[in-house]
Amino acid sequence: MSLPPVDLRLILPEMIVAAGAVLVMLWGAFLPPGRQRVLRWVSAFAIILALGVVLALQSGEPAFSFGAMHLRDALTQTLQVIVLIVALLAVLLSGEYVERTHLETGEYYALLLSSALGAMLMAASADLLLLFLGLETLSIPLYVLAAIARRDLRSQEAGMKYFLLGAFSTTFFLYGVALIFGSAGSTNLARVASQAGAGSPLMLAGIGLLTIGLGFKATIVPFHSWAPDVYEGAPLPVTAYMSVIAKVGAFAAIIRVFVIALSAGAVQWGAALAALSVLTMILGNVAALLQNNLKRLLGYSSIAHAGFILIGIVAANRAGISAVVFYLLVYALMTLGAFGVVLMLERRGEEADEISDLAGLAGRSPLLAGAMTLFMVSLAGLPPTAGFLAKFYVFSAALDAGYPVVVIVAVVTTVVSAYFYLRVAYTMFIGQPAPEVKFAGGRWVSAALIVTSAGVLVLGIFPAPVTNFIEQMANALK
Amino acid sequence: MVLLFIILFPLAGWLINGFAGGRLPPRAPGLVGSASVGLSLTAALVAVQQPEVWREGLTASLFTWISAGEFSARASLVLDPLSAVMTLVVTGVGFLIHIYSIGYMAEDPGKSRYFAYLNLFIASMLVLVLAGNLLVMFVGWELVGLCSYLLIGFWFDRERAADAGRKAFIVNRIGDAGFLLGILLLAVTVKSLDFKAIADASSSMAVPVATAITLLLFVGATGKSAQLPLHVWLPDAMEGPTPVSALIHAATMVTAGVYMIGRLHPLFTQAELTLGVVAAVGAATAFFAATVALVEHDLKRVLAYSTISQLGYMFLAMGVAAAPAGMFHLTTHAVFKALLFLAAGSVMHAMHGVIDMRRLGGLARPMRWTALGFVIGAAALAGFPFTAGFFSKDLILERAFAHARGWGSYLLWAAGVATAFITAVYITRAAILTFAPPPSHHDHPPFDSAQGGPSGSRGPHEAPPEMGWPMAALAALSLGGGFLGASAVGAPLLHSLERFFNSAPEPEAGAVPVLALTLVSVSAALAGMLAGLWLYRGRRDASLSALGQFLSHKWYIEDLYNAAIVGPLRRGAQFLASTVELGIIDGAVIGVAGAVRQAGASFRRFQTGYVRNYAAVLLAGTVLLLGYWLTR
Repeated sequence: MSLPPVDLRLILPEMIVAAGAVLVMLWGAFLPPGRQRVLRWVSAFAIILALGVVLALQSGEPAFSFGAMHLRDALTQTLQVIVLIVALLAVLLSGEYVERTHLETGEYYALLLSSALGAMLMAASADLLLLFLGLETLSIPLYVLAAIARRDLRSQEAGMKYFLLGAFSTTFFLYGVALIFGSAGSTNLARVASQAGAGSPLMLAGIGLLTIGLGFKATIVPFHSWAPDVYEGAPLPVTAYMSVIAKVGAFAAIIRVFVIALSAGAVQWGAALAALSVLTMILGNVAALLQNNLKRLLGYSSIAHAGFILIGIVAANRAGISAVVFYLLVYALMTLGAFGVVLMLERRGEEADEISDLAGLAGRSPLLAGAMTLFMVSLAGLPPTAGFLAKFYVFSAALDAGYPVVVIVAVVTTVVSAYFYLRVAYTMFIGQPAPEVKFAGGRWVSAALIVTSAGVLVLGIFPAPVTNFIEQMANALK
Repeated sequence: MVLLFIILFPLAGWLINGFAGGRLPPRAPGLVGSASVGLSLTAALVAVQQPEVWREGLTASLFTWISAGEFSARASLVLDPLSAVMTLVVTGVGFLIHIYSIGYMAEDPGKSRYFAYLNLFIASMLVLVLAGNLLVMFVGWELVGLCSYLLIGFWFDRERAADAGRKAFIVNRIGDAGFLLGILLLAVTVKSLDFKAIADASSSMAVPVATAITLLLFVGATGKSAQLPLHVWLPDAMEGPTPVSALIHAATMVTAGVYMIGRLHPLFTQAELTLGVVAAVGAATAFFAATVALVEHDLKRVLAYSTISQLGYMFLAMGVAAAPAGMFHLTTHAVFKALLFLAAGSVMHAMHGVIDMRRLGGLARPMRWTALGFVIGAAALAGFPFTAGFFSKDLILERAFAHARGWGSYLLWAAGVATAFITAVYITRAAILTFAPPPSHHDHPPFDSAQGGPSGSRGPHEAPPEMGWPMAALAALSLGGGFLGASAVGAPLLHSLERFFNSAPEPEAGAVPVLALTLVSVSAALAGMLAGLWLYRGRRDASLSALGQFLSHKWYIEDLYNAAIVGPLRRGAQFLASTVELGIIDGAVIGVAGAVRQAGASFRRFQTGYVRNYAAVLLAGTVLLLGYWLTR
């Protein structure tokens, strides 16, 4: 038996992030509690370095390594850029919070980086085994992060729930991989693709089980039920991070498996995914109407957006892929931004996570209220923000692919969603500010807010450079 | 470039007032706000000097906004006769109202917020007006809506104001859903949302498609312009500051629906059916709202219903292929209705917020100039010969008659004439109840100057000069503005609009000459004024008995809405029995909102918090999905 050739250059970004995680954890163990500030700098530096390497690695031709398990092509590059941007913003958002609430700094950043590593691997996987590995590398740190506030029972409960249900869904995924292997004789996506056309029941069941595992991570109805509870219980920056990173990773995998490998069977899975997307949009947007807790509201919003993103997958064409990628980027910016605004406030030393805590914010800080309004308008999908264009691109891709009903449901639920998003904005402009709500932000959160709000606005008005880049990426795919 | 400046000046005013207004000296927000709109007006005046504007139109292409496959949208602005007229109305009337607001809001602690919103409104309205494609227009459309909700709820600590803001928001969501669907359908059909491209594609568009698109767009217009059955938000919107009512809820924003139809007139002319609907809805709204205005006691609500009614006239004009007449009426209405509102605001200012006409009266003596302004505005609204309203309303009725081809369309004309009569009655009533001395001082003194207002210091007083001068300017325009459309002096405004819309006046129907039609509408107006004088001169309020009851409940439409909102939630489907009632149509829409909330509540029941339940949901989903997948 000969070992396959290994080209380490191709996994350099992943190695940098992994090394960063190890370094942060070890160094953190030797730093006195008051001096752990350096760790966030190290994490941010590792991410920026990895980002630079990802961009520098030429991605003209798809390059396989590790026995055709790992694939670096234009899609990998774009998705990894998004993952790293998300991780960087998450580090910025966590900065002051982690120190203020005395979380375990070293572990916190190590887990954050590991989970980003998982998402990067998912984006680069050409084999179901690597996909599984990435999925677990993404998920396990998130379970721990959800429970990292050790003295907060809600956080413990969130971590436990997430872990139990996550493990449950992972078994489905793994079983699906096994069935597919049984049917195709390989876990390599290219090989699976060539066998998928036959449509043996074993293969179909396997694909169905994969959908469940990935749908769980992407909070697609009916595999979403954990999300509101976990989002509400986890510490604020963790909620922000996991509501985005898990989605990026899961949709990266969904693109790899469904749109690229199983493109021949699009008629088979298209209808089922369309139905899931319709369910997800309806449930997410309708359930969000009654929420009074911002974390929960954003949790349901994240479910709803999963439904919108899934529309682009259903379209199963190039326009769909670029629409999904663009949507993921925009979703990351606006969701992290909205969480950032909440992180700027505190209520008696606790998270100010009720909608009513925002009352009268416009009078106290017009800039902060303006930023939050921008994110809400963008989440609601109104022009001139990036959220509008993101929706527009997925809708038009689905229309071209012949799914008008899905788009109609999407438009109607978008209208419904305007109610709860704009209610948040409305609250900030009316009402008396609660005296116990105080400002708690710092430079790092502010930096994240500046980046996200600028991104939402610029992508909404001058999207051409980014959309062109993504379009080229989609065209480079086979 | 100059086009961009028209928008950028008020935007700058918004930024200054929004971010620094609180730290500026107390008079600064008003000055900054007014000056920025004044500069915008100047830029607009400079821009319309360019001859291209009146020929093919001046366009400014900013950048490519969206490009997806065959579809692309450019952010572009266009100044042609249509948008030029509208821009001048927005900046001109806007400027005067900003100046008026300096006096009106002098004592309000939220002044800088007020002027910031008002500046943002002007900028957004200009985006809507100058937009070169439908998407940019939609941006403006939503932004003016936002400003409107914010300004209606400006005094959010008053519950009624906050409720009114919410009501306006929800009703407009219904309209905007239709508008958005129309835009999407148009985007799919034409692959472009540029007004030029739409105009080029319209002539070859299949009639059913054009009908569907235009009907959806018209739903948006009924929401924004408060036409039946989505008119309910506008009277409540009077909770906002009065200059806001004058600017947004009379002169500019509410006319956006009319403007949009004018902008897309090639598309609308392709859809005969839609034009019929537009005309019918317009005429019905005009008549309905005028009758309600007859019995309202609140002066501002009288004017609000009057606005709804006059907007109905404009839609009638659009529907009978008389777009130039409709735009002309839009212009004159902006002037005289702003004047009426500002005069009402002046009364409110003097009477410390009292606006119920039963408690007013005899104000002509202490507030001579305000009274004169109101009377001039009233005359123009009633269509008194040679005032602004006379020319434009007369023209609409004339075209409606000329366009008529059958009894149904003569009915539209008849409704217009009847409305003209009622309009004259209600505005005469309002003028008498507010300004004429009460007939008897003994039985029910509506106002006693010795008591004064809450401040106790002095009775009603004339408005300060910064409120007086804008009213004077508007009064002059209300008297003389109509000649812009009078054929005796060449009708400069009307002709340039006619050239733009490519619609020469239709050949006469033959039977009835123009003069006779004019006589009919003038005599309707004069008869109405005389009737109003006769009815209300001697009495404080002439009860109209059973009819009055019916009218003062606004034809029971709102009661029906309320019953229908509560109905589905409390008593189930009782109301489904009465079929094509207007209230039910709307009730169904709002009922859906209720059902959605119900569904939300039942989703909540699934969210138990127990892991075992969540796992069960997950498993059930798995079984369903796999079952479907394998048995398909």
